[in-house]
Amino acid sequence: MNEHDVHTDPGAITELTDAAAHQHTEVAPDGSAVGYKARRTLRISVELQRQIRRRRTQLVLGFLVLLPFILALSFEIGQSDPNRRSGGFVDLATASGINFVVLTLFVSGSFLLPMIVALFFGDTIASEASWSSLKYLLAAPIPRHRLLRQKAISSGILSFFALALLPAVALAVGVVWYGAGEVVSPTGEAAPFADGVLGVALAVCYIAINLFWVAGLALFLSVSTDAPLGAVGGTVLVSILSQILDQIEPLGDLRNYLPTHYAMSWADLLSTDVDWSEMTRGTFSALVYGGIFTLLAARRFKTKDVTS
Amino acid sequence: MAVPFKEANIDAPERPDSTQTVTIETRLYLPQQTPAPAIMLAHGFGGSLRSVHTQAEEFARRGFVVLTWSARGFGRSTGQIALNSLDREVRDAQKLLDFLGTRNEVQKDTGGDPRVGVTGASYGGALSLLLAGVDKRVDTVVPVITYNDLAQSLLPNSALATPRADATPAATAFGEDGVFKRSWAGIFFSAGMTSIDLSSPTGEAPEMGQTESQQPAQQPGGNSGAAGQPPTPSLGACGRFTPEVCAAYTEVATTGRASQQTLELLRKSSPVAVTNQIKQPTMLVQGEQDTLFGLDQSDATARQITEAGGKVKMVWYAGGHDGGNPGTSLRGEIADWMAFHLQGKGTDPGTGFEYTVQGAFRSSGTPSLRTVVAPSYPGLSGSSVERKTVKLSGREQVAVNPAGGNPAAISNLPGLGSALSRSSAISSRLSIDLPGQAAVFTSDALDSQLLLTGSSTVRLRVARGDQSSGEAILFAKLYDVSGDGTRVLPGSAVAPFRVALPPDGSAAEVTVTLPPAVRPVESEHKLALVVSTTDQAFANAEQPAAYRISLASDSLSVPVVPGRNVTTGFPVSALWGIVIALLVLIGAGVIAMFRRRLAHDSDPSLADVPLVISGLTKSYPGGLTAVKDLSFRVEHGQVLGLLGPNGAGKTTTLRMVMGLIHPSDGHIRVFGHKVTPGAPVLSRIGSFVEGSGFLPHLSGAANLRLYWAATGRPLEEAHVEEALEIAGLGDAVHRRVRTYSQGMRQRLAIAQAMLGLPDLLILDEPTNGLDPPQIHQMREVLRRYAAAGRTVLVSSHLLAEVEQTCSHVVVMHKGQLVAAGEVADIAAGGGEATFRVDSPSKAADVLRNLEGVHDVHEDEDAVHASMNGVPRAAALSALVAAGVAVDQAGPRRRLEDAFLELVGE
Repeated sequence: MNEHDVHTDPGAITELTDAAAHQHTEVAPDGSAVGYKARRTLRISVELQRQIRRRRTQLVLGFLVLLPFILALSFEIGQSDPNRRSGGFVDLATASGINFVVLTLFVSGSFLLPMIVALFFGDTIASEASWSSLKYLLAAPIPRHRLLRQKAISSGILSFFALALLPAVALAVGVVWYGAGEVVSPTGEAAPFADGVLGVALAVCYIAINLFWVAGLALFLSVSTDAPLGAVGGTVLVSILSQILDQIEPLGDLRNYLPTHYAMSWADLLSTDVDWSEMTRGTFSALVYGGIFTLLAARRFKTKDVTS
Repeated sequence: MAVPFKEANIDAPERPDSTQTVTIETRLYLPQQTPAPAIMLAHGFGGSLRSVHTQAEEFARRGFVVLTWSARGFGRSTGQIALNSLDREVRDAQKLLDFLGTRNEVQKDTGGDPRVGVTGASYGGALSLLLAGVDKRVDTVVPVITYNDLAQSLLPNSALATPRADATPAATAFGEDGVFKRSWAGIFFSAGMTSIDLSSPTGEAPEMGQTESQQPAQQPGGNSGAAGQPPTPSLGACGRFTPEVCAAYTEVATTGRASQQTLELLRKSSPVAVTNQIKQPTMLVQGEQDTLFGLDQSDATARQITEAGGKVKMVWYAGGHDGGNPGTSLRGEIADWMAFHLQGKGTDPGTGFEYTVQGAFRSSGTPSLRTVVAPSYPGLSGSSVERKTVKLSGREQVAVNPAGGNPAAISNLPGLGSALSRSSAISSRLSIDLPGQAAVFTSDALDSQLLLTGSSTVRLRVARGDQSSGEAILFAKLYDVSGDGTRVLPGSAVAPFRVALPPDGSAAEVTVTLPPAVRPVESEHKLALVVSTTDQAFANAEQPAAYRISLASDSLSVPVVPGRNVTTGFPVSALWGIVIALLVLIGAGVIAMFRRRLAHDSDPSLADVPLVISGLTKSYPGGLTAVKDLSFRVEHGQVLGLLGPNGAGKTTTLRMVMGLIHPSDGHIRVFGHKVTPGAPVLSRIGSFVEGSGFLPHLSGAANLRLYWAATGRPLEEAHVEEALEIAGLGDAVHRRVRTYSQGMRQRLAIAQAMLGLPDLLILDEPTNGLDPPQIHQMREVLRRYAAAGRTVLVSSHLLAEVEQTCSHVVVMHKGQLVAAGEVADIAAGGGEATFRVDSPSKAADVLRNLEGVHDVHEDEDAVHASMNGVPRAAALSALVAAGVAVDQAGPRRRLEDAFLELVGE
């Protein structure tokens, strides 16, 4: 298109000024234009539309759908002994559909899932800043605490959807490939399929809670920087650092304070007699870290000068 | 924190009624509060009081006086090892009880009877049982991984022609004339020879809830008797053993058989001699990974104590001589037991039965464990253990014993067990059966999980295969075979048996008790019974022979002990932590909400003034002041130009008006309402400040619609269509913004600012990037928009721009206000005129002489004067009349002067 087509019809100016002349702004007691309500700004559905239409979101969700197929295919290619009934999570993966789901969560638990959460939360404010659209949202005006909250909730919805999507697809793939048999745990217990599904559902909920610290940190970095990559990458780096430190044995009990320490505690759910203690501690740890980071994010965003 | 201890050497008679004495070295660890009950902590074979130092400190921290000592023949104690002889080692221990009775730090029951519990592992465990049997001053006893009968441990025979009627899970045959456990016995004996302890386990057994990374570093175990001393290689062929013990070992080691005298000696030194005397509460701790003193030993002890009327708690843990010492939580359980029975503290540990189930390996490398608890050890009182039947099948097979018993099958690696303790399940996969030397009987695949807990039994038929000797030495083991054929030998244990074969070639029928173990056998798995002729760990038959082996009955009887899985106590503190964390978060949210409510501030008298800025200052921490004490007003209907060179603070001011940055000082009121970030009054402002901001992945139209949706206001107020027409992007509105040119984005951004027809429109450099016709249209839009009853604030660094667009102007420089007023006023300079002339001094004289004209001053090529009502034409003609050549005459352009002055800097 050439620039000559970009022009304003003189009639349009008349239309606009006519509209302006006829529309008298009514003012509410708080000084706002009537029709404006802070609690109606940036509804979740609007923010979700803004996010879902992004290629980034679509690629991540697509990858999560694809991953179980890739895993199943790689087991197919490298298959030596189908339907193993003993061994670790990886050895047990082909024992049943549920075991396949467990494997999928197990292999993605340390890096992929934190990264996805970091992506949704770390990118949410920083990318608006990088597009310069943040200032227009704030001047709309969307109150800052509300913008942060609505964006955090939307990111939470997307993250939880992604977290649930992966095991859901894995379950479908696993049931088709390996059947709806008993789930076998590494402790040598066998549980019926239905219990396995419930266990996986609870595991997804626990993972979601446990990753709250990732969400909080990513949100904090997201309001602290205008570079989305910095917020996401920084969060992932901290997560990796925590996992590395968790492997340093001389640290002893200090490692209990690492935010990733209880990341794999959901494995306890696969036993017939569930031990909740590790998961309770993991929930507490995630809440404290996530809460601190979220409060820091809210404080930083409230007092921040928005310049981009 | 080290616990203080006192060392003392105590002399004891070498034997009863002997005048010779031996010196026993002792340590007395003292807790913080005394008097307190005492614990006697005995060490393992080859160790000394130094090898139990850590555990002694643990007990002392729990509030016990702890007495440790080196048994005679070990550490720095003198004397010879008599294998826990009732006349020697046990007497020594009684002497130590006397000693405790004299100490004020030790709590007493009545008179001189100290309140004391005894514990110890392996050799020390046997001593604790023996001491409890002979001395009633002992109040409770916790023997760990120890033997019931040394003869049965070192010379086991797992076959009986007529099965025993024991109802307990791990009861084994305890037949006479057993097979010599050569490897272990050698290691055990050499520990007494050289003070190097290979027999005591090193490291700790894995525990439930532990991951590999939580394993503490290996403790200095029971090794190297006296710390720092090089091991004494030998004190003659008998080392530190008494001649009787030495002779007995030599006999067994060389012949593979034990004489009656040797058996007597071993049995007299074993707890079995006194278990019928033990009435004290007893907690038996035995390891599931123990090929030296297996679960059958504690089973026998438990039966004997219960028959005599005692009470027993049984604990099987995932360790043993092949698997490691009790870990932290089991040691804690032992201390809890002591605390209840000696101090009366804590809950009653009861008389139940706990066993640990090892699962498969996690990726981290440790086995996953769970603990199962049953109300009592089955078969001790009344009902016998539940047994399930598994069908075995297999024809009669011939197994050959090679001459010299070599090569031999491998089931376990005694002594190396400690080294492999972390990988007991790996070692259980090391087992090798040699072809031709074993008969194999297999079950069908199981259709449900079977948790084997104890000793399975099977009835076998053995006959001569050729003219071999009159007896057969055979080794039975029960494998767990997975679907893919992987075989696991639970506990690495084998059941050796010796069976006499009838000379006529007919079969001898025996019941074989397989080694006790705990093993979850999964559904789809099979059980395989292997009967081999050799085993590397035992004294095999020397004569070559062949045996015909078959099943006398096809049913394998497998014990199971139902129980409930233990979950570690619910972490109440973590739960409270969750509640508190949630309350703090909610509290922070509520406080923030009230603070926002209170922040509202409005001045009704200014309700009709679109913008009032007073004393506005913005300075940054670095010392830079972007805006300094700026004050101006924008009245209704104005098109106000904010003029200043780049860096004058225009954009910063506009950002503050939009609530994007916080002023350092001063305040801004929009229609009377103070501007704070997100103040509702901002909804009456439409803004375009420093560049567009769109989602690049959406089209222009979608961007505007979503932006308006984000404001939450009704769609009919937006006038999206009119705004889009102002942008005039044509079909391009449906393309992604990513593809737009700078100018297109700018026009779309201005259209976005006009959404909702705001009362105050703020545009920052709106004509940047537009071409001249578009600039012209933009001026038109702004003028007519203001004329329609709105107010417009435009910033620019171009004078012409402001002059042509605005009604009013505010000039800024370096963050400060320079001039403000109507554009016409400032531009026209309030009636001043400028004449560009060839001779300014002459012109000045002429003008001064004109009536009414004053304030005349001259510069290089022009003269300025305040005309005060005098028409410029009159002045012009006066100048011309005076012969001054006038090049140009017009109003004085003070705005331009001021601005050029600024820009010129």
